[in-house]
Amino acid sequence: MPPSASRKPVLILAALIAALPLALPNDYTYEVAILVGLNAIVCVGLNLLIGYAGQISLGHAGFVGLGAYGSAILAARYGWPAWLAMPASVAGVALLAWAIGRPILRLKGHALAMGTLGFGIIVSIVLATEDRFTGGPDGMAVPPLLVQGEKAWYWIVGAALVGAVWLAQNLIDSPRGRALRALHGSEVAAGALGIDAAAHKLSAFVISALFAATAGALSAHYAGFITPGKASFLHSVELVTMVVFGGMASTLGAVAGAAVLTTLPQLLTVFKEYEMVLLGAAMMLTMIFMPRGLVPTLEKALAAARRRPR
Amino acid sequence: MVLRTLLGALALALPALLQAQPQPIRIGAFLATTGPAAFLGDPEQKTLELYVEKLNAGGGLLGRRLELVAYDSAGDAEKARGYVKRLLEQDKVDLLVGGSTTGETMAAVPLAEAAGVPFISLAGAVVIIEPVKKWVFKTPHTDRMACEKVFVDMRARGVAKAALISGAGGFDRSMRAECLKVAGKHGIQIVADETYGAGDTDMTAQLAKIKATPGVQAVLNAGFGQGPAVVTKNYRQIGIGLPLYQSHGVASKQYVSLAGDAAEGVRLPAAALLVADTLPDADPQKKVVVSYKRDYESRYKQEVSTFGGHAYDGLMLAVEAIRRAGSTDKAKVRDALEATRGYVGTGGVVNMSAQDHMGLDLSAFRMLEVRKGDWQLVK
Amino acid sequence: MLEQYLLSGITTGAIYALVALGFAIIYNASHVINFAQGEFVMIGGMASAAFFEAGLPLPLAVVLAIGMATLVGVLIEKLAVEPARDAPVVTLIIITIGASILLRGLATLVWDKKIHRVPAFSGETPITIGSGAGSATLLPQVLWVLGVSAVAVALLAWFFRRTLTGKAILAVSHNRLAARLMGISVRRVLAVSFGLSAALGALAGVLIAPIAFTSWDVGVMLGLKGFAAAILGGMGSSAGAVAGGLALGLIEALGAGYLSSAYKDVFAFLIIIAALVFLPHGLLGRSAAERV
Repeated sequence: MPPSASRKPVLILAALIAALPLALPNDYTYEVAILVGLNAIVCVGLNLLIGYAGQISLGHAGFVGLGAYGSAILAARYGWPAWLAMPASVAGVALLAWAIGRPILRLKGHALAMGTLGFGIIVSIVLATEDRFTGGPDGMAVPPLLVQGEKAWYWIVGAALVGAVWLAQNLIDSPRGRALRALHGSEVAAGALGIDAAAHKLSAFVISALFAATAGALSAHYAGFITPGKASFLHSVELVTMVVFGGMASTLGAVAGAAVLTTLPQLLTVFKEYEMVLLGAAMMLTMIFMPRGLVPTLEKALAAARRRPR
Repeated sequence: MVLRTLLGALALALPALLQAQPQPIRIGAFLATTGPAAFLGDPEQKTLELYVEKLNAGGGLLGRRLELVAYDSAGDAEKARGYVKRLLEQDKVDLLVGGSTTGETMAAVPLAEAAGVPFISLAGAVVIIEPVKKWVFKTPHTDRMACEKVFVDMRARGVAKAALISGAGGFDRSMRAECLKVAGKHGIQIVADETYGAGDTDMTAQLAKIKATPGVQAVLNAGFGQGPAVVTKNYRQIGIGLPLYQSHGVASKQYVSLAGDAAEGVRLPAAALLVADTLPDADPQKKVVVSYKRDYESRYKQEVSTFGGHAYDGLMLAVEAIRRAGSTDKAKVRDALEATRGYVGTGGVVNMSAQDHMGLDLSAFRMLEVRKGDWQLVK
Repeated sequence: MLEQYLLSGITTGAIYALVALGFAIIYNASHVINFAQGEFVMIGGMASAAFFEAGLPLPLAVVLAIGMATLVGVLIEKLAVEPARDAPVVTLIIITIGASILLRGLATLVWDKKIHRVPAFSGETPITIGSGAGSATLLPQVLWVLGVSAVAVALLAWFFRRTLTGKAILAVSHNRLAARLMGISVRRVLAVSFGLSAALGALAGVLIAPIAFTSWDVGVMLGLKGFAAAILGGMGSSAGAVAGGLALGLIEALGAGYLSSAYKDVFAFLIIIAALVFLPHGLLGRSAAERV
């Protein structure tokens, strides 16, 4: 693949992020944009694991929650300044992912789904039960960052997202990324080619956990408040849905999936009691008609249109 | 010629006329009308809609119409935060009422404080008003008050050692923490502390442990939803003959109908609203609770619950404060709220102050007992 | 007290087993994990409550409720799964997730958000087994749960081994192409699988409603636990689903009784993960050869 191709997603995204504020009338819309950005960061990382390495994680919200609570507890209970607490929390979560990754990634298919699911649930229960540290199910307040205000946070999250996409693209185009994709095709065949399956799966797992924890820490300090719901099973399922919906093995797809599935409930809220029905129906219909996800289907349509003889 | 002049004058006057049309008073609400706390949010929403309608029919407030802008936060603190942002920035409301659960309320608190908008919370935990926050008030009794009311009643029955069983939700854990804190002050020793998970279908294991604990004389179940109903049925099933107390989280007929005969003899602290008809006429709350009960039940064909009652109190306190302040100027309304004295609501008589943004004392809670499927006031 | 814990564990275990069976059957026929399985349980409970409250006698309400759930299952298969049959498995899973959200939303519209009770099939007087310290009590409804579940499992085994449709379902689960070549209509098999799983789920919902009540969101937790049980027992194995369900129920009850009731679910999931690390195909699953 020509090196310039991999820079396209980053440039497209950076352009979008720079131009979007023109369309955002008030702080509430900025908030939605920031939430999209935070979800997108997690999804880009999760996409590396699901779309490229071909693994599944039904507990990724656990990493988001740990990243958020780690930073919040260090800042609120131990008085660490936020710029120190956040990286420390992210590093801690990455270490945890590395420690549990090895045994869990030995599982395959449904066993892996169950293993990651179990991890996510264990995390959310522990967060909700240890009220002395975490404030319990009602959550805890988080000291805000020195930077305040929706507009400032928009640029912070936007920059973080561009950075995440750039990192992801670099990884995908590197020999390591190609090894991951070989793994996805067939673990046995890849092994026969001398690729250390376990090591590559672990690195994809740890990197995706890192992205998730970063998004978690950022969201904790942005909102000034976190609850264990961040690590819930439903949230993990939402994240996987965003990745698949946007299109697996497509970084921009992950961003698009996050964008659509974060804003859709906000838009559907005007339908009050019909919101759930419409959301479920929307998810089902899109997946039936665009089975490979939003972005790959659009890309195929564009390619077909271009190929049509004039 | 005359016609043209008239039309011209009208055209010039029209903007001024439209301007003179008073802006409605916007009340912003974020309630858990779906989700695990739906049986809090549903009566709250219905109550707010009913009384906004009634107030408008009676001429509105300060000559202006009342407008209710309500969103469903589904018991989710993050959603609540988003909707409060929307209410403050996009809908530009004058006042906030809502936050069915403590998590949702606490997520909204920093936003209300930063924006300087009065916020009346409908959630239970004591942490909402302690420490006192300038713009945040609440109408329901605190979970600490519920613990204290139960412990006082236990003491009166000669109980010195009690067991606690609670669920995993925010309300449950917050009340459990408060009870553990204040038990000693009331001479009660907690000898067992069991919990169950959300959606659990059987609590006999935990209750068997409690039954086998030496010296236990009474059991308090801090929870809401279907957990306490299952606990109550399991309690009778394994034959624990000790007094069972529930929390105000199940202060609704739904609990009684779910638990059936097993609920006979169960005591819980609740607002006078539940026994509106049997209150003595001299009771200061009698008029208000009977009138609310009649309005709500005739309109919605459902039994009243204390949760709807708290929403009623929240709305009325806001309306009274706006009336006293003479405008919707947020700072003036806040001061008027804080100056509320002697307001008689469904939850009790409210006396706010700069240190107390809830205004209820222990007498606002009544101890009720379930007898033959109905509530009875315990003297 | 051990007796009480065991009884409590077997009761919840039987319910998990029925839900897990539903997962196993659909998985076998289509390799799809049906995230809407919990909602079939919910429909069973809520529909029977609604029919009963409308005045129908309980047995009729129960039968109608199960029938309604079966219909919903078949509809989902026809309208949502079949049109996407060539899509990757992950997409199908997301479709079932969408279906579960849709069903929960419909439940709040068709019924309501309140908690409902269904009367016990044969009364509420507790039965005491044993005496003194080694005694345990159980509700008559629990006997219904255990009895009907056992009968259902036995009937399923007979169905899969002795009837043509059952054997067709097994054939499709082993090798879809070969089954088609033998003249088996995969479409029909899929429809029957979904209908059957829905019926099983609804049966579980109907049995447990008198004990644990029912509401529009009762399916979320039960679906999750049923899924865990199915994988623990070996995804795709019916006997495994039953074994996994009972095992999960017992682990939870014993964990609550002997360790900490606050962490009983954590304990259960840790054990499941450990079991999977040592037995990657579950308790009773067969190890499959991996094609390169």
